[in-house]
Amino acid sequence: MSAIGIENLTKTYGAVRALDGLSLQVAEGSVFGFLGANGAGKTTTIRILTGLARASSGTARVAGVEIGHNGVLARKIGYLPEEPPFYAWMRAQEFLEYTGQLFGLGAAARRQRAEELLRLVGLWEVRRRVIRGFSRGMRQRLGIAQSLVNRPQVLFLDEPASALDPAGRRDVLEMIAGLRGQCTVFMSTHILADVERVCDTVGIIHKGRMARVARQEQLLDAYTAPVFRVEVTANGGSDLSAWAKQISGEAYVEQVRVEENAARIRVRDLDAARRQLLEALARSGLAVERFEVVKPSLEEVFLELVNEEIDR
Amino acid sequence: MNLFFAALSKELREQWRTYRFLVVLVVLTLFGLTSPLLAYFTPQILTAVPGAEAFAGLIPPPAVVDAVAQYVKNLSQFAVLFAILLPMGAVAGEKERGTAALVLSKPLPRATFLLAKAAAYLLLFAAGFLLAGLAGYYYTGLLFEFLPLDQWLVMNALLLLYVMVYTALTLLFSTLTRSQALAAGLSFAVLLALGVIGISPALAVYLPAQLVNWSGLLWVEAGKTYWGAVGVSAGLIAAALLAAWLAFRRQEL
Repeated sequence: MSAIGIENLTKTYGAVRALDGLSLQVAEGSVFGFLGANGAGKTTTIRILTGLARASSGTARVAGVEIGHNGVLARKIGYLPEEPPFYAWMRAQEFLEYTGQLFGLGAAARRQRAEELLRLVGLWEVRRRVIRGFSRGMRQRLGIAQSLVNRPQVLFLDEPASALDPAGRRDVLEMIAGLRGQCTVFMSTHILADVERVCDTVGIIHKGRMARVARQEQLLDAYTAPVFRVEVTANGGSDLSAWAKQISGEAYVEQVRVEENAARIRVRDLDAARRQLLEALARSGLAVERFEVVKPSLEEVFLELVNEEIDR
Repeated sequence: MNLFFAALSKELREQWRTYRFLVVLVVLTLFGLTSPLLAYFTPQILTAVPGAEAFAGLIPPPAVVDAVAQYVKNLSQFAVLFAILLPMGAVAGEKERGTAALVLSKPLPRATFLLAKAAAYLLLFAAGFLLAGLAGYYYTGLLFEFLPLDQWLVMNALLLLYVMVYTALTLLFSTLTRSQALAAGLSFAVLLALGVIGISPALAVYLPAQLVNWSGLLWVEAGKTYWGAVGVSAGLIAAALLAAWLAFRRQEL
């Protein structure tokens, strides 16, 4: 069963089409990476799915509930906006208890839930400090905690790690990974590395339309050609450029990119490339330090898919 | 009901922690306290001013109605300023900062969100008028004579109703816009427009400002009533809150 089902969703702001017939199914229990460039329609989608904005047309269901601003939907979801805002005068524990009150938890239950979550996100020690004095990372942790107060069936995270430093990002992503199996996570981001780290399924949105949805491994397998990486000694860079130019005309080569003393070669035919690239390298006389087939990154997949969309 | 009390409790805590509660209480109480003092000592102050001794004989001895008039004038003017400047950001500010979107993604109905704010301001001004009223009542009694307490309470209730008209209107404008300054500007514009309409004596008796006049006239023409102004003011409050809800329930956050 799908935790999220979207059918032909559109959203227009005057002449601008923020969402253009978006359709998507997100499986229950998955950590879904909603990937797209800035302005692709990620936040608009989340705002519609959480009932904060209305779609111009189309339908959607979240946790079996028709979207819209209603208490039934709100009870089943959690929501973390990008750079979560808080009442600056409130204390961390107080905010979580207030959130618990909004979900109808009794005094003892909300105090206990607040304590659990403060410990989970590592804010127990500062629970009585006013939020005004919190760093960005602490606010993000508190944001995650408030989104989990009601043990949501579906959790919406809008760019949860984009504003954080590397250590903060790692912590937040670990927290998200820890939610696997507890609820369905719908995480929007434009940072591909974050998706690679925690998401099992990836959807790529481009100009308000879904370009592709697949499990991460399937996406990597299906949409990328194999890539070879050739690294030569530090002073061999100029010879490498000449060699790269020479092989770029070969039928089995799709694209060659040279960065300092390394070349990244995307090929069309893996077997042919294995044989011929080695021969070509042997003939070139380059001092090779490393020759390997590398796993293509999600970034390359993303760019390829976006380029495909543009070509259409 | 529980959600309403949760939201109301948050609003009251916010007013307390951001010192709004304290400022309103202190300022209104000070005016409640100093109004009879000022009425009582004005002739003496004037005689103490060099060159103004000649006017001392022209000023009639202060009476209790002067103390009441001073109280009504001071309280109505300052409370209405608070009624516009405090709620101007109540909704607009929350929309601008994003806190409205965060809490309204929880099972908090938008009507409850708005009603809790209106109720918090009602309690704030009621507390302000209560303290100011007690201070003014005591000092008026001390310096002039003790007036009937029930009538004194009615006078403060009329002033409270007048202030709530502008509180509700400012809440409406704060809901309609995303700018706090615009919300306050629109409320001041309504205040001005009603002042202009009030030039007509036939219409003035139905306007909220008549509540201020009535509260002063309670001590001069005891039997005279202006229920039309009460009805219009209550209607304006209800209409403003209803309009705020109708607009807010369709707004995207």
